[in-house]
Amino acid sequence: MAHGPSENFFNRWLFSTSHKDIGTLYLWFSFAMFLLGGFFAMVIRAELFQPGMQLIKPEFFVQMTTMHGLVMVFGAIMPAFVGLANWMIPMMIGAPDMALPRMNNLSFWLLPFAFAILTSTLFMEGGGPNFGWTFYAPLSTTYAPDSVNYFIFAVHIMGASSIMGSINIIATVMNMRAPGMTYMKMPMFVWTWLITAFLLVAVMPVLAGLVTMMLMDINFGTSFFDAAGGGDPVLFQHVFWFFGHPEVYIIILPAFGVISQIIPTFSRKPLFGYSSMVYATASIAFLSFVVWAHHMFTVGMPIAGELYFMYATMLIAVPTGVKVFNWITTMYKGALTFETPMLFSVAFVILFTFGGFTGMMLSIAAADIQYHDTYFVVAHFHYVMVAGAVFSGTAAVYYWLPKWCGKMYDETMGKVQFWLAFISFNITFMPQHFLGLAGMPRRYSDYGLQFADWNMVSSIGAFLYGGAQLLFLYNVIRTIGWGKPISDPQVWEGAQGLEWTVPTPAPFHTFSTPPVIK
Amino acid sequence: MSEAPVHRNLLIKLSMTAVAMFAFAIFVLPPMYDLFCEITGIGGKTGGAYTASEITIDTSRKVEVQFVAANNATMPWDFYPTEHKVFVHPGESRKVTFFARNKTGNDMVAQAIPNVLPNNAADYFHKTECFCFNSQPLGAGQEAELDVVFILDPDLPISVNTVTLSYTLFDITDRVAMQVSQIQ
Repeated sequence: MAHGPSENFFNRWLFSTSHKDIGTLYLWFSFAMFLLGGFFAMVIRAELFQPGMQLIKPEFFVQMTTMHGLVMVFGAIMPAFVGLANWMIPMMIGAPDMALPRMNNLSFWLLPFAFAILTSTLFMEGGGPNFGWTFYAPLSTTYAPDSVNYFIFAVHIMGASSIMGSINIIATVMNMRAPGMTYMKMPMFVWTWLITAFLLVAVMPVLAGLVTMMLMDINFGTSFFDAAGGGDPVLFQHVFWFFGHPEVYIIILPAFGVISQIIPTFSRKPLFGYSSMVYATASIAFLSFVVWAHHMFTVGMPIAGELYFMYATMLIAVPTGVKVFNWITTMYKGALTFETPMLFSVAFVILFTFGGFTGMMLSIAAADIQYHDTYFVVAHFHYVMVAGAVFSGTAAVYYWLPKWCGKMYDETMGKVQFWLAFISFNITFMPQHFLGLAGMPRRYSDYGLQFADWNMVSSIGAFLYGGAQLLFLYNVIRTIGWGKPISDPQVWEGAQGLEWTVPTPAPFHTFSTPPVIK
Repeated sequence: MSEAPVHRNLLIKLSMTAVAMFAFAIFVLPPMYDLFCEITGIGGKTGGAYTASEITIDTSRKVEVQFVAANNATMPWDFYPTEHKVFVHPGESRKVTFFARNKTGNDMVAQAIPNVLPNNAADYFHKTECFCFNSQPLGAGQEAELDVVFILDPDLPISVNTVTLSYTLFDITDRVAMQVSQIQ
């Protein structure tokens, strides 16, 4: 018993303090949320398949767009990367476990409750949240359905979970590195997560404060966001994006970390410009705090404010460009092979850069007046969120799954999934650029006839993309159940790092005595 | 909890950071935002009651002041300015009136929120008397003439030839009722 997991199923998973088991829980939970959020997306695309109202009512449509955003951001992408952090960070820095294992258990088990509360609002009288995932006041205060209090409570719980998770990661990385593992020897994935964890500790409380102010406005007669009592709804947007902009880097920085692990492996070269990667990540994190109002160019800012936020936003392209060039230079003259994780990583670099460029277009304050709240914005952030975060998460699962379970996934099925996902992703979101530039606003359940063709194309792509995820699920389950067993600790020929020195599959306890770092 | 001291110290520091950021969001950001708007004059908020002092009337300039009245979403009152625009010299004190009628069958309390455009005129629009300084209770079917006395500051930027003063009327009956019930 002392040397393995509890044999009782409930004891093992409910009371687990093992970073590996908790990492597994996080990953399965996030995949379940990914399918739920994906289902909401399918409902949205099915309704938008043709102009006019066919399947659902407009009131339900806006609940779908809201819940899709909330579930994907807070339920799927963030927990997926926390799961990867749990599994990989201790093994990458030569630590036996996370620093605070019991808190780790608590921070995971808060999440199912938070999302059960959030999802249950859909079945309540008056419906679920219908104010968009950005929940701007007064839509989310004066005009909100009664279920908004459940939404607020769910956000509080998931915020607490995130804060605890990131405190744990910081404590692990700062205190539990093996002797000789200096900061500048840490793998990039650990670095990006350390910085992300600091961002989370700084901004998740701001989100909690924001929903608390909403709660007081709704129930206790304050008027933070109510002009009738001297408040200002624009304040809501400032506070929201003060949280929200760092949040988008919270999502993408760990993805950068994953890509920085995978590309060197399959290029069989060390990562080019390691220290510049570290500094670029830190600068992106710093800049994320000073650019928030570029999400709200249309609220009526003075020209000086618009110019400042425009230039500061464009500045972020510099450290991001450093990272993209470093990945490309890592591949340059490398002995490249294109296994599934590498395919997803290369696609990440291409499509994320594309999403970055549309971001540059949006950062131009004068042009943003035209693009604001159109499908162009939707296309932009799906290129960085889906082709960015989701592709890198998929790559990470294919890359580390053999190490986790000691079995090899089906490479052909992996490649089929990649090409299906890559092509259908572009069929879905490329046309949304055209729709946005032509003036189709986001979050509406119906549209003018001139938008009909591209919407149909986009919907077909979305259904294919959803199918690709089911193939992914099948491939993972098949690997765990019936995959070809492997025992080589290295797994991938070019892989570097401590996680590849432990046996395959990774035993329940690793690095009970610290490894020697040369 | 028997965490190692290094972990406990870090845990305490990081938890305090999180609590501080929570407090920052609620107690610092909103006042900071108001202060920022007040200093820069954006948001069109006008100041409180102004005490008139000896200022010379600049008869060389004539500025058009327009009045706009609007009801917020569910507010059912009749509410409009009796004059839609006046011409004033900077420094001159002028009284205008707004008309309000509670055409419902219930006693109600309203609050008017002023806004001045263009933004760079907000700091130079002084109100010595305004119905917006107080809430406005009107019984069922009652009507009232609401007074505003204002002075345009002679330092009003030379580029400003037209100033718009708008009032939005909010229904605060529930809010006032809540305060009354809390006192009782």
